Amino acid sequence: MSENGDMGHHDEHDHDHEQSFISKYIFSTDHKIIAKQFLITGIFWAIIGGALSVIFRLQLGFPDMDLEWLRPLLGKWITTSGKLDSEFYLALVTMHGTIMVFFVLTAGLSGTFSNFLIPLQIGARDMASGFMNMLSYWFFFLSSVIMFISLFLETGPAAGGWTVYPPLSALPQAIQGSAAGMTLWLVAMVFFIASTLLGGINYITTVINLRTEGMSFSRLPLTIWAFFITAVIGLLSFPVLFAAALLLVFDRSFGTSFYLSQIYIGGEALPNMGGSPILYQHLFWFLGHPEVYIVILPALGITSEIIATNSRKPIFGYRAMIGSMLAIAFLSFIVWAHHMFVTGMNPFLGSIFMFLTLIIAVPSAVKAFNYITTLWKGNIVFTPGMLFSIGLVSFFISGGLTGLFLGNSAVDINLHDTYFVVAHFHLVMGSASFFGLLAGVYHWFPKMFGRMMDEKLGYIHFWSTFVGVYLVFFPLHYIGIAGFPRRYYSFTSFDAFSTFADLNSFVSIAAILTFGAQFIFLFNFFYSIYRGRRAPANPWKSNTLEWTTPVNPGHGNWPGEIPKVYRWPYDYSKPGAEDDFIPQTVPYSATPESNTDYENELAKPEEVTPKVKAEDEA
Amino acid sequence: MSNTASILDKNGVMVRSMHPKKFAMWLFIISVVMVFISLTSAYIVKKAEGDWLLIDFPKMFNVTSILIVMSSASLHFAYISAKQNNLFRIRLGVVVTGVLALAFIVGQYLSWRELVAQDVFFVGNPAGSFIYIFTGLHVAHLVGGVVFLGIVLVNAFRYKVHSKSMAQIEMCATYWHFLGGLWLYLYLFLILNN
Repeated sequence: MSENGDMGHHDEHDHDHEQSFISKYIFSTDHKIIAKQFLITGIFWAIIGGALSVIFRLQLGFPDMDLEWLRPLLGKWITTSGKLDSEFYLALVTMHGTIMVFFVLTAGLSGTFSNFLIPLQIGARDMASGFMNMLSYWFFFLSSVIMFISLFLETGPAAGGWTVYPPLSALPQAIQGSAAGMTLWLVAMVFFIASTLLGGINYITTVINLRTEGMSFSRLPLTIWAFFITAVIGLLSFPVLFAAALLLVFDRSFGTSFYLSQIYIGGEALPNMGGSPILYQHLFWFLGHPEVYIVILPALGITSEIIATNSRKPIFGYRAMIGSMLAIAFLSFIVWAHHMFVTGMNPFLGSIFMFLTLIIAVPSAVKAFNYITTLWKGNIVFTPGMLFSIGLVSFFISGGLTGLFLGNSAVDINLHDTYFVVAHFHLVMGSASFFGLLAGVYHWFPKMFGRMMDEKLGYIHFWSTFVGVYLVFFPLHYIGIAGFPRRYYSFTSFDAFSTFADLNSFVSIAAILTFGAQFIFLFNFFYSIYRGRRAPANPWKSNTLEWTTPVNPGHGNWPGEIPKVYRWPYDYSKPGAEDDFIPQTVPYSATPESNTDYENELAKPEEVTPKVKAEDEA
Repeated sequence: MSNTASILDKNGVMVRSMHPKKFAMWLFIISVVMVFISLTSAYIVKKAEGDWLLIDFPKMFNVTSILIVMSSASLHFAYISAKQNNLFRIRLGVVVTGVLALAFIVGQYLSWRELVAQDVFFVGNPAGSFIYIFTGLHVAHLVGGVVFLGIVLVNAFRYKVHSKSMAQIEMCATYWHFLGGLWLYLYLFLILNN
């Protein structure tokens, strides 16, 4: 591995040299700064995405409410009778989905934690290419700016749903949102795809090539495994979204007919012939389904690490965890058509996709089982990060169960595009990965900013959010089973659903309170950056490498040599050991009291650095 | 790959490493492959649905296929010359590759004119649009390759391409051979589906 060290660091210059403000905090190539840039941008988008959902929840929960007071903010999107404009309602749900799926839970989650943790946990000075990494953030930033601008267009942002199915999205005359808003959506997504690919290529290259000495794949923390697999999925699926978007751009702006055929709109027949809107769905969901694993896998990796650390126990089934993530990643590419059971596909084909889809329950159940058995009889430390991780496991299970219903091609005929789907993916994908994001922030905040977040506020934040999420999304299952379709502007125009008016008001109140609870977090986050208690070097008594850096690691992460790794990251409460954790940097030869016979054999040829040896003799 | 190494670390654990930039290049190639796999799959799916147009295959595609294979050969010539530290031949090989690339691009343009001559336009039945997309997107990637060739050429004139500094020309050659292979795939794909 010495050769590797040489290659990455011919420039063994002083890593703490003075940098100007711009090169240090804005156009930075340091992975830690870039991670924080992703995090702050992600938080910004989460506030916007959440606020949009509160506005459309007002319409759904209180259809008779006078929304005149929103006019200063929304202008003409409030009709003269004080109601939300129905087309703007569609724009709201579209932008809520786009923002949450791509900007918060893909860029905000992967971008933050892959960037921050990969070099720190594998023992590298930085990413393989700091420049590409910087480019990745600034493409994301550009994409964000374009998407943000689209919110202020006169015709409104894209409004065809976050999946932007043609022909609705392809024809500017179909709805207002398909005009300039849709164009900006596509442009923004092209930059977003470029950003994701640049980031993903960097993550994969770094994990494969820049691991420190001794950091074999079987010693990688599960966080790194998760980020690695996520990046591979992204590398394979985002180009397909690019292809789908490219054809859509040509259909919209150049008059081609890839997705369009025989359309009669506004009293006028369109010339487009020979296209197929189903084609778009195939292409989109070939990305779209892997995308949900791009969103959830990093959160699951973060949870594995936090649950093992705070249960003071080795993760249960380390290899099974890796195997199940690999299985999920593989299966994610061959189940896309379960989003299309009602497009008139051959029922036989449907049953194949149903079969493949239901297989995903196996690796998912392995993961859920392993989290619970890791917790079992552990000396659990309930830090806020730990609570959010346990919350994730709860959502992953309760939301995952409904996936079994939806994955069934016969049951899906009834449930397709109802609030049952909304409830399902908001629990298993939305809330679960959001909790993974929060857990990661609480857990690695000391490493990011050198200070601790306030625990009490963290507990209040956890309980209000955890309870709130269930209060919001559990009732939606009932509304969905009753048959109410998602994305509809109004419940009250159908008699069959008026009995659910109270339930909808309840959901809306719960949503507003849950959204409000996030401001506790925001206050805690920003206050603690400047005023939090100063963090010790290893606040959670964790084994992984990032806690061997200084409290505020400089550019290059370790002031001296990069530490060597001698063991896996989950030696918690090892029988015979003095402490209840043995960091990865401690050689087996230093811990004869807790070694197994096999590890004693490994200890013999170990060549340890003089420093550790001195401690050993002392 | 000359920089690939498999070393046993102290615990007997196998550690593999590769030039990070070359590795990143391969990952980029994978993402380009995915774009074209999805587009050609879309072609198959659309064709199976019917409402399809039969198109006479532009004859020019045969010529451009030969051109791109020749350009791969000339770049390989430059690559071997770099190993042998023959500066003149490096420059010659890269320049010839560039010229062949430009000829290829002109050839693709002429093949579009052949399509137009039989009333197959970019706008119309997807059967025709797809051919424009395949060739256009391939040329877009090829232009990137030409820029890369230019960078290698400039460095060859600065004496920076030689047997001890092969990474850049190796990556350029990898990408270029990939573009050639990609075109041959598209060529065969279109022949077999017509």
